[in-house]
Amino acid sequence: MSAANTPVTPPGSGSAATPAPPRSRPPVSPKRREQSRRDFIRTSILGLGVLGATLAGLIPLASRAQARLRPPGAIKDRLEEQEFLAACIKCGQCVQVCPVEAIHLADLIDGVGVGTPYIQARDQACDFSCDGLQCVLACPTGALTHDIDYPAQARMGLARLARPESCLAVRGQGFKGQARGPGFTGKLRYEEVDRWNPTQVADQPYDLDSCDLCLRQCPIEIRLAQCAAGKPPSGDANQCPPRAAIRLEPQAKGGARPVVLDGCVGCGVCEMICPVEPAAIVIDIDRVTDVAPAV
Amino acid sequence: MSYIVDSLRQIIGLEPAKPGPDDRRPEVVEIMTEKRKEKLTREGLRAAEAGRALAADRHKWRNRRWTTLIIANLLFVVSYYFDVQLLEGALTASRLIGFHLADLNSALQVMLAYKHVVLNLVIGTVTVFILWLLLGGRTFCSWACPYHLLAEGAEKIHLWLAKRHWALDLKFHRLGRIFFYLLFVVLTVVTGYTLFETISPTGILSRALIYGPGLALLWVLALLLFEVFLSRRAWCRYICPIGVTYGLVGVLSPVRVQYSVKDCHHEGDCRAICMVPHVLDVTIRGRARTLLTDIGADCTRCGLCVDICPTDSLNFTVKGLDKVL
Repeated sequence: MSAANTPVTPPGSGSAATPAPPRSRPPVSPKRREQSRRDFIRTSILGLGVLGATLAGLIPLASRAQARLRPPGAIKDRLEEQEFLAACIKCGQCVQVCPVEAIHLADLIDGVGVGTPYIQARDQACDFSCDGLQCVLACPTGALTHDIDYPAQARMGLARLARPESCLAVRGQGFKGQARGPGFTGKLRYEEVDRWNPTQVADQPYDLDSCDLCLRQCPIEIRLAQCAAGKPPSGDANQCPPRAAIRLEPQAKGGARPVVLDGCVGCGVCEMICPVEPAAIVIDIDRVTDVAPAV
Repeated sequence: MSYIVDSLRQIIGLEPAKPGPDDRRPEVVEIMTEKRKEKLTREGLRAAEAGRALAADRHKWRNRRWTTLIIANLLFVVSYYFDVQLLEGALTASRLIGFHLADLNSALQVMLAYKHVVLNLVIGTVTVFILWLLLGGRTFCSWACPYHLLAEGAEKIHLWLAKRHWALDLKFHRLGRIFFYLLFVVLTVVTGYTLFETISPTGILSRALIYGPGLALLWVLALLLFEVFLSRRAWCRYICPIGVTYGLVGVLSPVRVQYSVKDCHHEGDCRAICMVPHVLDVTIRGRARTLLTDIGADCTRCGLCVDICPTDSLNFTVKGLDKVL
């Protein structure tokens, strides 16, 4: 029984046990030598298999097809997220603290990115309704860097008016009803409705003569308005963003064109709230505002 | 000292050292001489084994362990599902009522890949290090790792199939595991990615339990099928670096399984049921040097051998405490 359970040590590997040179050991029978050779080959095949599976995790990185919008504070430079993937311990604590449940964990098709957090802005954007960047505070490894304290310091991506022809504001149209239809499950914090809890977007129908939803719901613009009114979020003047993120520029032919400004952090709320299908305004994750984060 | 050396040898994958002619203590030699006089008959052994099989506590440690493992993993699930902030996160890193915990192997990978350690990670790693140092190192494997539980199920199926020759039982060289370990370390440092975490069934399962299933479970299924049809407990025995990391912690742990040679029949039931049977080589006739031997740190302290031993020759011990109690 013991012989079957204990594989034969391959030549050379037992040298730590016997300081004497291998020649002085009792001769190994050809049968045992053959068994040991097979043992070695079999283990090597297993090793190559495990190595292959491990390195296969790097394949999705090559195409960048899986590039994703990351939570605020992710230590990355646009598409370059090697440091972020290295630092993330794949525990999902950021997922758990997010009040709007914007964060998901990536699956195996992301390779080494498996278990890393991402945001699908169109379904549920980060609206900073936690004010204090809870995901950043929850991160145990600094993959979401503790260097940022306020929403305006995030650099997730940059909004872009991708389909001006379908933008209601550009077309000079208003909007009436539920921004994303009755079945939409996304949430935003409507401060006038509930200061502390995010509310279903579907429960907050709009009635706008001219659509300005991207500007109206922009977390940066909301904060700027609050600060202008002398009521910064949480009474903390540091919460006040230094720059505007988006404005509506009136057009000569009528209507107004949304223009993304350098205060945009790429949170994705505009993409989420945009009532046309597909969204007229989207987040580019390969761009961030060129202003360095104010630390 | 020899405990540490023997443990390290076993973790690396070398064969346990056999005692030389003068290595065995006189009292052990005497016991072995006595045993030789009183030949153990097949019937006598069967009777002892049957008696053990009927005992009320024959699954005591297994039941305690499964309960602990399931509760620990469910704590994560319940904590998130009901938003009670008891144990937030996953097995890779979490917070217990706000206090940081980090799995040692996951933390090690992050440190090697990112090459930068934040304070929270230091706190989490040190806490978990002390926790498993006190609890026995590889105790993590059998008492907390969700893959271990599934693999125990797969092992049962494997043994059933293998008995009927419907499954192979390929053996691999145990030196492979330390080779993988070093390979993962080098690859993690060189590439800057936490490569092992990608294929770690422990992390994948823990996240799947908490955040919902995904494609990654197919990898876990593939591993289980490999174990069912090709090689018994292959992942835990021959590959998993988490076991090596916790094994190294366990070298200095006071919680051990202790072997007493006096009443042992040397029938090998313990080695047959053990996931890492090389740690029990001391129970082979003539291998014990002393009356009491502590089982090496590659042991996962699962207690299956304690449960199955017909002569009560294997028991849990806590070094230092056993003399006090």
